[in-house]
Amino acid sequence: MFENLFSYLEFPFVRYALITGVMISLCSSLLGVTLVLKRFSFIGDGLSHVAFGAIAVASVFNLSNRMIVVMPITVLCAVLLLKTGQNAKIKGDAAIAMISVGSLALGYLLMNIFSTSSNLSGDVCSTLFGSTSMLTLSKSEVIFSIILSAAVILIFIFFYNRIFAVTFDEEFASASGTIAKNYNLLIAVVTAVIIVIAMKLVGSLLISALIVFPALSSMRIFKSFKSVTIFSAVIAAVCSCSGMIISVLAGTPVGATIVAVNAAAFGVCWLIGIIIGRSAK
Amino acid sequence: MALITVSDLTFGYDSRKIVENLNFSVSSGDYLCIVGENGSGKTTLMKTLLHLKEPISGEILIGSGLKKNEIGYLPQHTAVQKDFPASVWEIVLSGCQGRCGLRPFYNKDDKNIALNNMERMGITSLASRSYRELSGGQQQRVLLARALCATRKLILLDEPVAGLDVKAASEMYKLIAELNNEGITIIMISHDIAAAAKYASHILHIGRTVFYGSTEEYLSSDIGCFFLSQQKGVS
Repeated sequence: MFENLFSYLEFPFVRYALITGVMISLCSSLLGVTLVLKRFSFIGDGLSHVAFGAIAVASVFNLSNRMIVVMPITVLCAVLLLKTGQNAKIKGDAAIAMISVGSLALGYLLMNIFSTSSNLSGDVCSTLFGSTSMLTLSKSEVIFSIILSAAVILIFIFFYNRIFAVTFDEEFASASGTIAKNYNLLIAVVTAVIIVIAMKLVGSLLISALIVFPALSSMRIFKSFKSVTIFSAVIAAVCSCSGMIISVLAGTPVGATIVAVNAAAFGVCWLIGIIIGRSAK
Repeated sequence: MALITVSDLTFGYDSRKIVENLNFSVSSGDYLCIVGENGSGKTTLMKTLLHLKEPISGEILIGSGLKKNEIGYLPQHTAVQKDFPASVWEIVLSGCQGRCGLRPFYNKDDKNIALNNMERMGITSLASRSYRELSGGQQQRVLLARALCATRKLILLDEPVAGLDVKAASEMYKLIAELNNEGITIIMISHDIAAAAKYASHILHIGRTVFYGSTEEYLSSDIGCFFLSQQKGVS
């Protein structure tokens, strides 16, 4: 089995996929801690559906570089969702449900009407659940994803203390001079960017798993913000790496396998958490 | 010397006015207690004083020598904090945020300030404990230490004893009184009129009738007597 694995690793595209996958899941897990704690998990889910709609629009116009359309639309929706979440004419969760289902439906509709490909359901399925396209990334796509992920990680490290302050207590942070609104905006925009780059890996329906699972698993065991953040990054990297290797060896779909491994890891962490809790008492 | 002067302040949610034309001033070293019925706008007033909410009209003048980011604040608990994984140290240190300016990380001074304030609140031994595992009284001490990191002069407390048992509440009041003795100006929202009468130097009553004056004046005023007797009836 290991021989098999090493023979796969000799192909550059497998190595590219592994590197990009690990980078992407690293950044989504970093942000996931904040999103989960701020009760924003569903924003991630909503945004991924928006990104699906945007991809449909881009493919209707037959654009070669879909990012030009997808990235701005998703970022814009992230900003809008955050604003509606704060002044509650339409309550935050309802607004998210509305936007996410709306863009999902619109996306499928557009793809259906203007489809040029012969394999429509295959296209839709791979956009929703991720595709083997992860294994056919071109070098420029790999570099693009790596640069964006590195930027996200750097932003997170640079603003780590402020992100903590704003997540824990927005009012105190703004009372003592941190402009909490700007950091919320930053978090929303970065989330949108991550979702767009991570869609390649697991597809738009499964992306929230990358955001939510590592953070939740880590919170079962660890008790300080720093350790939760670091461990969730570690879990994310390990899970996505092993998920991709399993999927290559067993021929299972990449996205679903990664999410399944994450879910299993959550189960393990949950058990460990219970055991630690018991022995502490 | 007046630290905060409020003149003709009207505040409320959006455009709904809660209290109109409020006037009072807080001098350095004062212990002001804000009392009033539920929903009379105490927390909204505090948020307006902190510039978290824009006043509808009127002015809040901050005295010389006090910068906007030199005010300590102890807000009410939020739902988010209940199961938040954060160590006591991380939370207290986050009080130094306002001092950082554009600096992304904390320096030695910040850490020393945090250490000192933890000692002041008697929570040094809890430094690596998780916030969500602490008792209510300990949690309030942590938040108070954080507020002290942000200020040397003025602290605003929003119901610091809410949800505490009698013993923890009286310890909290003592702690606040000590801070006041050390020269820190206190503005506190409280339901507990007896404690207000015991510790505060000034009382601001907001509601249908507004009263501002020293504690003795309040206790001998009609509204003070009425409110005091009403609370005794309840408890």
